[in-house]
Amino acid sequence: MSFGEAPIGEGWCEQELRSELPDLALLAVQVRLAEDCSPRSRPPVELAARLRDLANGWRGARVVALRKQPVPSAYRAFYRQVGLDPDSTRTAIEELVLARMIAGDFRSSGLLADALALALLDTSVPVWAVDAETIDGPLGVRPSRKDELIERGSKHAVLGGGRLVVADAERAVALLFDQPQRPHRATRSTRLLSLYAIEVAGVPRLCVEEALSICAAALADRGLSA
Amino acid sequence: MSIAIEQTIGGLDSVEARELRRAARATLRAQLARMERRLSGLQVRGFPHVHPAAARTAGSAPALLGLAELERARDDLASRIAEAERQLAERSRRQRDARELLRRALLEPGRYKFLRIPVTELGLGTCGAWEVRPRLGPIGMLAGWWQVKLSSGCP
Repeated sequence: MSFGEAPIGEGWCEQELRSELPDLALLAVQVRLAEDCSPRSRPPVELAARLRDLANGWRGARVVALRKQPVPSAYRAFYRQVGLDPDSTRTAIEELVLARMIAGDFRSSGLLADALALALLDTSVPVWAVDAETIDGPLGVRPSRKDELIERGSKHAVLGGGRLVVADAERAVALLFDQPQRPHRATRSTRLLSLYAIEVAGVPRLCVEEALSICAAALADRGLSA
Repeated sequence: MSIAIEQTIGGLDSVEARELRRAARATLRAQLARMERRLSGLQVRGFPHVHPAAARTAGSAPALLGLAELERARDDLASRIAEAERQLAERSRRQRDARELLRRALLEPGRYKFLRIPVTELGLGTCGAWEVRPRLGPIGMLAGWWQVKLSSGCP
C-alpha cells in the first residue's frame, strides 16, 4: 500500500526478536509537511470536527468493553508477553479514551497530535511520529544494548540490555510503545516526518496500514506526502 | 514448567535444547495471550466490582522475556484470574441472597419492617432501592400494613 508518492514500508526486526516474536513488525511511512505548516499548527476544521464526532461515540460502556475488541485485545496480550501490565501501563487507545472520559472531549493539541489521535481512534492501532531528519536509515525493532541510554518521560535512564526499542541504524529512537526520545521528537521546525506503527500477533496488517494512511492523509490535508 | 524443562534439558546448549526452550517460551506466550483475554472478559463482565490486584511481575519497559520470567508472568496472571473469578462468584452469591431476601419480603412485608435493599446489590442497575415501608405512614405502622416499594434514589 502507498500513500500518495510515499509507500508504506516494513522496517527491520532483529534476528533473535523475529524468531521469538514472529508476528512483530514495524511499518513506516514518510510525510513531508508544507513549508507554512508545522506539526503544532492548528488542525484543519474538518479534522477537529471529525475528532469531535468521534468523541461523541465514546461512552462509558464502550470504554469498558474496549479491552475485549480484537485489536486492543491483541495489544494487551502482547503487553503481557513482553512483561508489561496493560492495567497499569495502559495501551495507547485505552489511555486516549480514558482521557476523553475525564476531559469530556478530545482536546486538540495541534495538527500532528490530532492526526495521530484520529488514526488511533479509527483503527485502535497507535502511530508515532519522529523527525525523519534526525534518524539514520530505516527504523526497526531490536533489544536495547547494554548500558544504552533511553529516555523515559523527561529523564534519561539507562535501562540495561534486552529492552525492546525502536531504533535506526545507530541509536535507539524510542522505547517500544513509548514516545520518541527528545532529539527525534517532531518540533515546530520539523518538515519531514517518519510515521511508524507496530504490528503484533492478532492485529491485521491492513489495520496497521490503514492507521498510517489515515494519519498521513490527515497531515497531507495541510502538507504533502513525501 | 521451566524447572521441569530445565531438568529435562539440563545444561545442554545443543540446537535441540535451544529449540526446546524456544518452543516452551512460545507456549508460555500463547498461554499469556489466552489468559489475558480471559481476565479482560472477567473484568468487563464484573465491572466495576472486579478488581484483581495489580501485577507483581510486570516491568516498566518492554523486554524479551526468558523462560523463568514468562513463567512468573503466567503464574501471576493465573492468580489474578483466580482472584477475579472469586470476586465475581462472591458477588453472584451476594446478589442471589439479596434477590431471595427481596422475594421473601414481597411475600411477607410485615416480617421485614424497614428492610432496604439497594438495586446495586441485586445487580439490577445503579439507582434506587427496594424498601419495606408502612402503608399510610404511622397509621400503617400501628395497623401493621406494610408494603415493599421501589424508590428511585437517583438525582
